[in-house]
Amino acid sequence: MLLIPCPFCGKRDEHEFTYAREAHIARPTNGEQMSDAEWAQYLFMRKNPKGVHYERWMHAKGCRRYFNVARDTVTHEIYAVYEMGQPAPAIERENGR
Amino acid sequence: MKQHYSIFTLARNAVSYHENWTEAWRSPDPKPAYDVIIVGGGGHGLATAYYLAKEHGITNVAVIEKGWLGGGNTGRNTTIVRSNYLWDESAHLYEHSLKLWEGLSQDLNYNVMFSQRGLLSTAHTVHDMQALRRRVYAIQLNGIDSEILDREQVAAYCPILDCSPNARYPVFGASLQRRGGVARHDAVAWGYARGADARGIDIIQNCEVTGFKIENGKVVGVETTRGSIGARKVGVVVAGHCGVLAGMAGFRLPIESHPLQAMVSEPIKPVLNCVVMSGQVHVYVSQSDKGELVFGAGIDTYNSYSQYGSPPVVENMLNALTELFPIFGRLRFLRQWAGIVDTCPDASPIIGKTPIENLFFNCGWGTGGFKATPGSGHVFAHTIATGEPHKFAAPFALERFTTGYLIDEHGAAGVAH
Repeated sequence: MLLIPCPFCGKRDEHEFTYAREAHIARPTNGEQMSDAEWAQYLFMRKNPKGVHYERWMHAKGCRRYFNVARDTVTHEIYAVYEMGQPAPAIERENGR
Repeated sequence: MKQHYSIFTLARNAVSYHENWTEAWRSPDPKPAYDVIIVGGGGHGLATAYYLAKEHGITNVAVIEKGWLGGGNTGRNTTIVRSNYLWDESAHLYEHSLKLWEGLSQDLNYNVMFSQRGLLSTAHTVHDMQALRRRVYAIQLNGIDSEILDREQVAAYCPILDCSPNARYPVFGASLQRRGGVARHDAVAWGYARGADARGIDIIQNCEVTGFKIENGKVVGVETTRGSIGARKVGVVVAGHCGVLAGMAGFRLPIESHPLQAMVSEPIKPVLNCVVMSGQVHVYVSQSDKGELVFGAGIDTYNSYSQYGSPPVVENMLNALTELFPIFGRLRFLRQWAGIVDTCPDASPIIGKTPIENLFFNCGWGTGGFKATPGSGHVFAHTIATGEPHKFAAPFALERFTTGYLIDEHGAAGVAH
């Protein structure tokens, strides 16, 4: 069970939240000029890292606001929580993975 | 030549107190180079190696496995086998696999304990029933056995399922695939390993791939924890870790890795005669030959490579299970675990070429790869051997995410495994 620190409500159990997948995927502004392959990259291709994953969560059973989380996909440790629109923080990890 | 397994072999070894059985496969050191390297010693990888040798005569092959054979999703699934898929492309692929299952124990001379005990998919609302009818008719048009049962027929076929009108999840009916069933998952990996080894293929365990050797956009070998190994072609069949290996080769896949949980109860006397799946309330269950009830549900929602799952998924699954089967309410659990599944946006696999020449990927089976093990290996071996996709594999190429030709099987594949 994850204990997720919502930036607006504080720490809550994971079942209060909805997962909203990889963060920082910006919708292209030049869509009309893009090839099908470039659209495929935007729409479907994902980093899916084994390690730090920057992802979005929504506090569905609380404030219902979206925010970003930097979480380790192996240990599930949450390194950072930050609001939408903020840049991804660099994560220095002690275990060196 | 390997020892042939038969009742006579069994009797002969019984006389010598079972002390003279020979090893089922060798554990050789890696050679400097191979014609083909298969990365991943699960069911799909070993099946690929087996069919490379059997169907295409390619025996200078190594299967490289970072852990032990079948230690990943092959040993972690709920062993359900079926071919009741909606779309033609999937129906052909999974039916191809089911036909191979039907002769697999004889083909491998290894008992994979394939039991076609029948597979019920229940419907719990009017709309569920309409969707189920549509799927059954589509399956029948592809020449695959599938039939519709009404509530009384379901109650007669599976008496312990709560079909009473006032049930929390009333049963409106079900689809039944009589050729569906279960198999012994470990035996599938071991049987293919033994068959591949007997044909001269090297199976190398405890050897992790750490990188690819790529020259001018063409793969020429792999880097491993046991040194560098050359290869003319490389096939990667690593399920949940395919994104990690694609990263090593410098491209991305439309895949995210999630834990999928399963669990077993304490063993009890035979009580469940078939496989029961409910997509609507999300649980599937069968009874193993040991007597344990084997349950599963949906994936954990968030990306993860940890082979354990989160408790809310277990809670939801048990809620559904005990409503459908009140008789299971007092059973105790024996084990719970998770495997890392590689989920695709359209819930269909990716089989075929990659941006790197001579590097082939077979991945994205998500929550439903076990049933496809023989078919997957068969079509992937063809793809590697000839360099062109098998006709059943062609629609499942990576390019479909560029062309938009997606094969949306969430209705069929999002539940059952």
